[in-house]
Parts: sequence; C-alpha cells; structure tokens
Amino acid sequence: MLRIRLPGAAAIAAGALVLGLALPAAAQKKDIVVGSMCDRTGATQTVGVILCPGANDYAALINSRGGLDGHQLKVIEIDNEYKVPQGMESYERFKKEGAVSVLLYGTPHTMALTAKLTEDKIPGTSPGFGTAAGADGKRYPYLFPIAATYWSQAAAAVKFAKDKFGGNLKGKKIAYLFYDNPAGKEPLVILEDLAKLEGFELKTFAVPAPGVEMGAQVLDIAQRYRADFVITHLFGRSPSVSIKEFKRTGFAMSKVIALVWGSAEADLEAAGGGAVAEGYNTLQFAGVGTDYQVHKDIAEMYKKQGKQPPKEMASTVYYNRGIFHMAVHVEAIRNALKAKNGGAITGEDVKNGMEKIKGVTLGGLMPPLELTPVDHEGGGWVQVFTVKGGKLTKGSDWFRAYPDVLKKHIDADAKRT
Amino acid sequence: MFHRESGYFKTTYRADQALYPLPIARWTVAVFAVLALVLPQLLTVLSGAQSAEYYISIVNFILIAIVGALGLNILVGYTGQISIGHAAFMSVGAYTAANLAVRAGMPFWVTLPAAGLMAAAVGAVVGVPSLRIKGLYLAIATLAAQLIIEWTINHVPWISGGSQASIEIPRPELFGFVLKEHRELYYLFLVVAVLSIVATLNLVRSRIGRAFVAIRDQDIAAEIIGIDIFKYKTLSFAISSFYAGVTGVLYTYLYGVANYENFQITTSIDYLAMIIIGGQGSVLGSIFGATFVTLLPIVIRVFMENVGVFLFTEQELPAVIPAVRLGVFGLLIIVFLVLEPEGLNRLWRNIRSYFRVWPFSY
Repeated sequence: MLRIRLPGAAAIAAGALVLGLALPAAAQKKDIVVGSMCDRTGATQTVGVILCPGANDYAALINSRGGLDGHQLKVIEIDNEYKVPQGMESYERFKKEGAVSVLLYGTPHTMALTAKLTEDKIPGTSPGFGTAAGADGKRYPYLFPIAATYWSQAAAAVKFAKDKFGGNLKGKKIAYLFYDNPAGKEPLVILEDLAKLEGFELKTFAVPAPGVEMGAQVLDIAQRYRADFVITHLFGRSPSVSIKEFKRTGFAMSKVIALVWGSAEADLEAAGGGAVAEGYNTLQFAGVGTDYQVHKDIAEMYKKQGKQPPKEMASTVYYNRGIFHMAVHVEAIRNALKAKNGGAITGEDVKNGMEKIKGVTLGGLMPPLELTPVDHEGGGWVQVFTVKGGKLTKGSDWFRAYPDVLKKHIDADAKRT
Repeated sequence: MFHRESGYFKTTYRADQALYPLPIARWTVAVFAVLALVLPQLLTVLSGAQSAEYYISIVNFILIAIVGALGLNILVGYTGQISIGHAAFMSVGAYTAANLAVRAGMPFWVTLPAAGLMAAAVGAVVGVPSLRIKGLYLAIATLAAQLIIEWTINHVPWISGGSQASIEIPRPELFGFVLKEHRELYYLFLVVAVLSIVATLNLVRSRIGRAFVAIRDQDIAAEIIGIDIFKYKTLSFAISSFYAGVTGVLYTYLYGVANYENFQITTSIDYLAMIIIGGQGSVLGSIFGATFVTLLPIVIRVFMENVGVFLFTEQELPAVIPAVRLGVFGLLIIVFLVLEPEGLNRLWRNIRSYFRVWPFSY
C-alpha cells in the first residue's frame, strides 16, 4: 500500500517546502541582515564548530547591548558541508533575505563567489581563505581578505626565522612542508623570491591529500636535509600529524613555524597535548587566549541569560577568529550607518564602511587592521604564539614583513589577466 | 503523467517510433516546456524579483545536476560500467572551456561543445581498462583516473593557469547580452539540460543504446550476438564523459571560475548517489535523482529553521540544523532505497500504474 501513502508524504513535503519558504520572508524591517557561511559538517568541520559560535556570540553581544544604532543584527548562518554548490545556494539565500554583507568560508567558495559579489555589490570577507591576489581592492572591489593572506604569512614566517637567526639567513636551509593543493602551493612564489633576496636555501616537501601520512617527508627534513628551519602549511588533520612526526624524529619544535591553519589548540590536542608540541611556533591573524575584555563581556551576557559560557570559548584560536571575523562586519556596518546618518544601508555602503576600518583593536584581539579602497588585506598583520608549558603563549607583537615584495607580486598577478 | 493507452492505434512506423506516442503525453510535455520557459517570470510574479532569483538559483543547480546525472546514468545505468571518476571529467571540461575562453577569447557556444569533446576523449582513454576489468576493480581504476586528472591539473600550470589552479572566466555572452544573473543563466542551462534529455531519450532507444543495455545485461552474450564490446564500452565512456565535460563548463560559467577543487571525489559520489536514488538506467530517474539530491538538504534546512525555533535556543540552532540535515538526508536515502531499491523512477511508475487501472486495482 506504499503507492497510496507516498503521494501523501510528497504532499506533506511540498507543503512544508511552501510553508518554510514563505515564512522567513516576513523578516522585521529594522534588522540588518548579515550572511554567514559555515562548515560544521564538512572537510573542515573542526574549524567550523568553534569559529561559527565565536562569530554568532559576538553578534549576540552587540545585539544584547542594543545593536547598532538601534538596529539589531540578524545573522543567518548556513552550513555548506564545504561544498561549493551548497555554498552558492546559501549565498543566494542571504541575498534573498537582504544581506548587506557576507562572511565567506572556504577557498573554493570564495573563488566561486568572487565575480558574483562584485555583480551584486555585496561585500564578502574571507580571512585565511581565497587567493592572495584578493588583497587588491581595485581588482576585486567587493572581496575583503581582511587578514594576512598566505603570501603575507609566508613572508612573516621568513621574517620570524630571520630574527631567530640574528637577522641573517645567508646559507641557512629552510624546508617548506605543505599540503599539495592550490592553497598549500600559493606561498611558494613568495618563498622562492625571499630565498633569493635573503640568500637562504629553500627545499619544498609536498604532502599529498588527505595529508595524514608524512613520515617520509618529515624524516627527510630532519635527518637527510637537516633543515635549519621549517615552515609548515597544512590543513585539517595534517598539522597534528606533522607535530607527531617531528616529535618522533627528535626535531626541535622551536625550529618549526606553522601558518594559520596549523596553529589551533585542536591541532595540539590531536598531536597528543601541548607537552608534545613544546616550542612549536604558530602564526595567528587574531589574538589567542581569553584575556580579552570581549570574552568577559560574552561570559557576562551568558550569565545574564542564566547560562554557562559556551564550551567553544575554551578553544580560543578559532573562537577568537570568529569574533574577529564578525567584528569587522560590525565595524563596517557601524561606519555605513554613520555615513548614511540613520538611513537604510546597502551592500555598497557596507563596502565603503569596511574600507574605513582603522584602529579597531578589541583590546588587542584584532590586529592593527587598516582597510583602504586599495588594500583589502588591511596590512597583512600576524602575531606569533609559541607553545610554552603546553599552552599557546604570545611570542611577538603584531608584525608584518616584506610589504614591497608582496606588493610586487600582487601587481604582477593583476597584470596577468 | 496519468493517462491510459487504450483507444490509440498506430498505423505508421513513424507514429510507432515517436518519442511520445500518445497525444496526452505530448500535451504534458508541451505544458512542462511552457512552464519551464516562463518559470522566471512566473516566480517573479508569485514571490517578487528578489526571492525569484533565489529559487531560480536552486533550479539552476538542478538543471546542471541533471546533465551530469544523465551522463553518469548512460555509463553506469545503461552500460553497467561503474565509474567514480565522473567529477574528474567535469574538471577536464571546465579547464578546457576556461582556457579556450581566456586565451582564445572563444564564446560559450564554442567552448561548451569543445570542452565536451575534450572530456569525451579523456573519458574514452580512461574507459580502456573496462575491457579487461569489471565491477569493483573498474571502480578502483576510475578512482585512479580521478586522482591522476586532479594531480595533473594541480601540477601543470599550462592547464591550470598557475599555482592557485583557478582560471577566472568571463560571463557567457550572446549577441552582446551578458548572462550573469541566475534568471539569465537559467535559459542557457535550460537549453543544455533539455538537449541532454532529448539526446539521451533518443540515444537509449537507438542501436547504440540497445548495445549498451546488452553489454550491461550480459557482456559475453552481447559479444556473441555480434556487438563490438570494445567499440561500445569506449563509446559509452566517451558519451558519458561528454555530458560530464558539459556539466563542468556549466558550473564554470555559473561560478565565473574554473577550479578543480569543485570537482573532487565527493562530487563523483554525489552524482552516483543521484542516479542510485533516482533509478539506474532511466532518464526520468536521473532527473528525479538530481532534483532530489539538490533539493533535499535545502528542504530539510528550511523545515528545521521553522520548526527548530520551538525546540532549541538561538545559540543551539545553528549547530543542530546541519547535524539534523545530514542525519535525515542519510536516513531518507536509506528509507527510499529500502522501500524501492530501483529508485524514485520505479516509485513513480508504481504510482502511475496504480492510477492507470484505478479504481479497478485487479
């Protein structure tokens, strides 16, 4: 009797669809809609489950304080399983709900939406994703990397090594251990250029997907090549594997620095705890730890609701990046509202507001970001945090390196097309 | 749709060979065609331009998925050759089109077939092992093809355009009119999807299609009755890859960028899921499968967004929705397959045949 029941089920499903699609249309006028792409279930879920709550909590904090100029923020978060079609569908949904800006997530997604953002005049932010060329605000007016791109990170990693060796890298051997995908290969051009400039020897070690097997590469770096310094650029599960392997070969962790996606508490835990990674250096584009006023405020907000602060807060690297990501949108919308003097704002206004962001620090959680119509990276600032006593501790202030070399490459890339 | 066949007599071969022999079937198709043509306008009238754009974007993804699913169904459903490298052929098409469009400035109506042909050529080569191996072994061989193609694109800058392996492609243009909004691109996708459907419907009832089915059902018997196995297996891979290549181009024009990370093994699996859920060896099944797999996550999410607010707090909801969606999606697929292992197409046929004799079900 299946045949009879199923049309009924189909009718219910169709009814639910019609009902469901019709309901969200009745949104309040005063809310300012921000779209948030997220991956809590896909390839990079370890990041998403921490980062997205961070972003949402910060928006909730702003709302609990009366919102922006009386407007409440309405953040629509849509999970895309790290799949591009789903990501694009969620973007169209944000657009339908009237989003004035979008928090992007994922490099392929960022690429697939780059053209659309400009056509629709909706600014999108991609901290830690997308191409380094996205820093060029003239070429991509509606794309904002807002954090140090892989190029800036590579330059900063070299600078860190240089400082470690007393300001001279001549004749030093630097190994670059990277995930063999476009994102992993992107910093190569910068490293090669800097090798010539600084006179160090560069050798690259590719790790094929899925990146959980790199015993041979690490052994090669540690025993045969005997690198003086290692820069790693890995994603997902692989950073923790690299830490384990370096530990196994007895390589000094203090001679390793990881770019931003190999630098979270989760990576240390997966490698066997902070003690294993003692000395490991990490690059960060947002502050680490909970010693910031904003954490106290969020905890306070939860307390007022009679709840415990969220457990995600303890994983500070990604949580803080989420706060940082949302904070940029909040500031941009604040600037846009100011410019419009209370009038209705559009994506274009938020884009202009974003290009005015300067001097917002959130008590040191945010880098000294300065976005301009030309520079959408905001300077390319990073901070080094080193594992000390099993914990990520601040190893440097915000810094950036070789801006002239990076500028040269961004301009060259713009000419390419 | 629902209709009875009695009372129609065919007096010519032409009438007998028609794609839709019954007038009512022809009328149904005509109504669907008109609906498809005015869909953007219809949705705009019903829900406003802003919402219509969103609904059309979903339809666009379904249309593209239909092309890809049809291609895979020709290979897996009709010829019985397993392939889990379907997405790799899409990336071959995507990069061919992107290179032709950017380097030679070619319009989409050149890049589209050219990319299809390139993918077909690569597909034919990948299909060669199918002559010696079958089933799971062939699956692994096509998996190898997937990885080899991915690796090649990733490491050959001449194809991929640099270390980012992405080529930005201009929006398709026709008579000076640039297609960029979803409701504009819709017509491009619609035309390609309809062409694919009609081509497949005709292919599977031609000599070639019959040969495919013979090979699927029993390849030794097929060989004995004079079917050239080498020719038809390779052909099947080539045709299937042609569709995949075209699918890749459509995605590329939709995103404005060719990027192989969109065409990895998970995409291959998604397409396999479509034809298994929809029904193997069936054109309608491919359409059902593509629609179902594209729509289901969206429907579940929208449902949860509206029902979930009564059960969870604002902070919990974003974490609950993806989990529920994944769970329900998996569960529904199992339920459907248990209820009807031959897919949605069979389910549809059961419903049809029930109403065909209704109310006399004996």
